[in-house]
Amino acid sequence: MRLLRDLIYSARESLLTLGRVFLFFLQLLAYTPAALWRLRLVVHQTYNAGALSLVIIMTCALFVGMVLGLLGYDLLSRVGSEDILGAGAALALTKQLGPVMTALLFAGRAGTALASEIGLMRATDQLSAMQMMAVDPVRRVVLPRFLGGVVAMPCLTAIFIAIGIFGVQLVGVEQVGIDPGSFWSQMRAAVELDDISEGMLKGSVFGIACSLIAVYEGYNSVPTAEGVGRATTRTVVISSVATLLLNFILTAFML
Amino acid sequence: MNAAAPPAQAGKPDKPSDNLVEIRGLHYTIGRRPVFSGLDIGMRRGRITAIMGPSGTGKTTLLRLMTRQIEPDRGTITVDGQDLSQLSRAGLYRLRRRMGMLFQNGALLTDLDVFENVAFPLREHTNLPERLIRHIVLTKLHAVGLRGAAEMLPSELSGGMARRVALARAIVMDPDILIYDEPFAGLDPISLGVILRLIRQMNDALGITSIVVSHDVQELSTIADESYLLAEGRVVASGSPAELHANTSDIVRQFMNGMADGPVPFHFPAPDYSVQLLARGDRRRQRRESRS
Repeated sequence: MRLLRDLIYSARESLLTLGRVFLFFLQLLAYTPAALWRLRLVVHQTYNAGALSLVIIMTCALFVGMVLGLLGYDLLSRVGSEDILGAGAALALTKQLGPVMTALLFAGRAGTALASEIGLMRATDQLSAMQMMAVDPVRRVVLPRFLGGVVAMPCLTAIFIAIGIFGVQLVGVEQVGIDPGSFWSQMRAAVELDDISEGMLKGSVFGIACSLIAVYEGYNSVPTAEGVGRATTRTVVISSVATLLLNFILTAFML
Repeated sequence: MNAAAPPAQAGKPDKPSDNLVEIRGLHYTIGRRPVFSGLDIGMRRGRITAIMGPSGTGKTTLLRLMTRQIEPDRGTITVDGQDLSQLSRAGLYRLRRRMGMLFQNGALLTDLDVFENVAFPLREHTNLPERLIRHIVLTKLHAVGLRGAAEMLPSELSGGMARRVALARAIVMDPDILIYDEPFAGLDPISLGVILRLIRQMNDALGITSIVVSHDVQELSTIADESYLLAEGRVVASGSPAELHANTSDIVRQFMNGMADGPVPFHFPAPDYSVQLLARGDRRRQRRESRS
């Protein structure tokens, strides 16, 4: 009985939180046109979320691509089809691994930075000070960071896919000796514009979700050290789960 | 001045327009603990009003209520004749542009340097040319003695310097009301003297109304025109610092003389000491028992 009551309470709280996040998202959307007049802030945050995540994104993409190359070659060589390694790896990277891995890494690097930065601003009264100066912190602090993340994610996804394919090529062509002409031509024949669009769409949706979760958690964090820590952790956990869930939904719709 | 005197008796009777800030019948509760129960305070134009009281009496909460960062349960707060509860968001922000607030920790924006922190309200609310902004910011920084620190980051400032920069930022829009939240906390004697002098100077030179929340009796006595002493959710005494010092009420004497025990007890309410020491069981059970 008590378990049932707890379950109902948790479900109700989750729904309420979902509603609050949605309202927060609508508020950000309503403010977005005004933010375009202050592009400098958005560009600065795009740099913070995007450019500063480049090293981790590129390094991970290279290793993911190389592992994909090794495993793909091992599997395909058993049936004598190693020539289609480039095509298979490129499709996997473009449609699935690229957007999903980028979103997970983005949540871990930029998402936590966003949540903790905004949370610390709340804990140190910087947001209250802004409100006292008649400056809306949602417009001035939250919105540029949200938009920065939304712009950065598809770019990072594209870079991840490109570097990943380079990693596959390093292993497949340079190391195990697949014919480069065959490798690239098979890839070009298999990957269509729709596949690239799917990857970019996923990157954009994940970018909106991860950035929204990060700024919401930071803005609504309890203004203590523990509260900021909890907001940061929740950002990573919720962003990761949301990414995988959204990936399933989007994949199901795009099949 | 008698304990719990109504604010109208603090000095001469007030005309309604004399008070820039009026608080009437204020009730506010945090959780189940009542912070204010029927608080009445009036703060006169152009004067320095001190809000004093022991820690935990809700002084900072009162400031947050006065600026509508939080909403009261009951009662009215009017600032320059405007009822805060009736103001729209735009109206509230218009009013806040006429207010400056110095936070306990300065609350400087850590990603901006000192110059940009002071320039922040100007950049947000005006379209002044860069040359004029530079002129105004340097003037305000000069007034607090930190023109030379314009290029420094907040992390490079001492506590006293951070508060002076925050003061420069608070006055950059030439406000009508300046609110100070614990401006002396944690300052060395030199910084404390500087802040005291600045509060008096700002008030006199700019003709603004200053509200200072603090528990530093001696410091406040040197600059305040009138004081309110809060305890147990209400005003227990009010008047000039001299009147408060002459007050014979136990609670006022305890606070003004810094006595450890008295009407404000040294011990936070707790169950019987021996019972608690000898009680069996875990802390959760004890907590449950003490609640019941």
